[in-house]
Amino acid sequence: MVRPQGSGRRTIDRLARKGFGLGAALPFILALAILATLFLRFLPILQEKSLLELLSGQVWKPLKGEFGFLPFILGTIWVTVIAMVLAVPPCLFCAIYLAEYARPTTRTVVKPFLDLLAAIPSVVYGVWGMLIIVPMVQNHLGPALDRFLGFLPFFAKTNPTGFSLLAGGIVLAVMVAPFIIAVTYEVIGTVPNGQREAALALGATRWQAIRSAVLPPTTPGIAAGIVLGSSRALGETMAVLMVVGNVVQVPKSIFDAAYPLPALIANNYGEMMSIPLYDAALMGAAFILALIVLLFNILSTMVLRRYKKRYQS
Amino acid sequence: MKPRHIEEAAMRVLMFLSVLVVAGSLGAILITILVKGLPALSWEMVSQSPKGGFYLGKEGGILNAIVGSFYLAFGATILALLFALPIALYLQAYARNSVRADLVRLAMDVLWGIPSIVYGAFGFIIMMFLGIRASLLGGIIVLALLELPIMTRAIDEVIRLTPFDIEAASFALGATRFETATRVVVRQMLPGIITGILLAFGRAIGDAASVLFVAGYTDRMPTSLLRPVASLPLAVFFQLGTPYPEVQQRAYASALVLTVIVLVISLSSRWISNRLSRNIVK
Repeated sequence: MVRPQGSGRRTIDRLARKGFGLGAALPFILALAILATLFLRFLPILQEKSLLELLSGQVWKPLKGEFGFLPFILGTIWVTVIAMVLAVPPCLFCAIYLAEYARPTTRTVVKPFLDLLAAIPSVVYGVWGMLIIVPMVQNHLGPALDRFLGFLPFFAKTNPTGFSLLAGGIVLAVMVAPFIIAVTYEVIGTVPNGQREAALALGATRWQAIRSAVLPPTTPGIAAGIVLGSSRALGETMAVLMVVGNVVQVPKSIFDAAYPLPALIANNYGEMMSIPLYDAALMGAAFILALIVLLFNILSTMVLRRYKKRYQS
Repeated sequence: MKPRHIEEAAMRVLMFLSVLVVAGSLGAILITILVKGLPALSWEMVSQSPKGGFYLGKEGGILNAIVGSFYLAFGATILALLFALPIALYLQAYARNSVRADLVRLAMDVLWGIPSIVYGAFGFIIMMFLGIRASLLGGIIVLALLELPIMTRAIDEVIRLTPFDIEAASFALGATRFETATRVVVRQMLPGIITGILLAFGRAIGDAASVLFVAGYTDRMPTSLLRPVASLPLAVFFQLGTPYPEVQQRAYASALVLTVIVLVISLSSRWISNRLSRNIVK
């Protein structure tokens, strides 16, 4: 330090602490501002109709002032559940393979490949879905599943096109896969090697060692990763919008077209200003979506935090 | 064979199949985009704006979307960096491992997970309130919000590796926290900053749902901060939806260009951060 000792440097330090601290408050302010703004825009419709009425209403006719969110909420839940059912088992196996079985060389090739694919924009997944998955559902998967499982309630092929919940679910499953694999891989990595070696020394096979020493302590972390993955799937807009059909109805089969919440918001923002309460309904949809995703996120992040700390120490 | 060995073998088969399915579907995406995009790509495609009517014209290319996307992502990245740097410095130099720092990190992680359509809706409300129409400026601001958590966390993850000894040495020489932060810690940040910038840039350039509301779309080249601007993801989305094969070609070309940009950014961030990490003290 060339400058003489004095109160100047201290003052700068004190000011900087205040300034930086203010900056650090920004994420909180931002999160609160998003929720508050959306809620304020949601209020006008809440003053006319009860929340229960909105959430359970099945009719969506903005011109007649009827705003039932149920088809959209159910569409969101269906497409997310289908995606997670399809994605979770292979992703867990993949992560276990990469963490426990793969040779270091395999790992150094496959891991970066997966990370790379996590960066692909959602419209690109949507293009793939429209070109490959939708025709596949229409021509192959649909007829086959209908023939063999059509007697089950959720598998009847009711929709002649491939634009369906199933197509949306498949595209979403592929989209969240790199993400779920990365989280699970990291969580599994927090188990100390001694645990595995102890199991192996007792004569366990590798899978037995994984089942008895690796999976039990990591189950909450893996569950948190899955929740985090579903919150990604819940909010995913473009890829789903492009393949899911966008028909307002309560879905009854995986082949039905549906209309998830994010698609509703994205498709109608242009015309919403001209119809009374329409913008309130759409911003309400965004508020509900944000609230659910926030809860999911906070919960799973807090669980994963614990593992991360262990990982770093 | 004992049951447990059968179990082991079965699990190995399942794992093998899973890796095949996951890697296969992800590979299929790249192949689809290449097969569809390569024939559509030509010099005219990347050097001209669309001609002949509002995104229905059959002539011209996607230059407007390429330039628009770069404007949006560059602007947003610079804006986000202005806020991400001080926050990351604060976390490392002032708050370190305090409860407050943990809370800020939690908030960042949570913001990271908020869907981009929600950012778009939020930005739209704010812009209506301020009386700004869909424009480049609106797009830059909303994308900057989207980038902020990604960038901050990326920088934070790297500077957290700074050994406390370095800071302690600086304090021992009589430096204040501010001086330590801006002259010592900041030198450790370079790989983190580069990774953060590239990660955030890649996310911003590919995001469609947030700019849908706030940046609008146009066939023209971007000329002003206050005019609507085209972007690659929306070029894919809008042009794929038209019934004209010529226009759809532009969508495929846009998808390929976008994918290549994102992959190049992702690869180079990996490479650069590896190179630069050699120069910092761990």
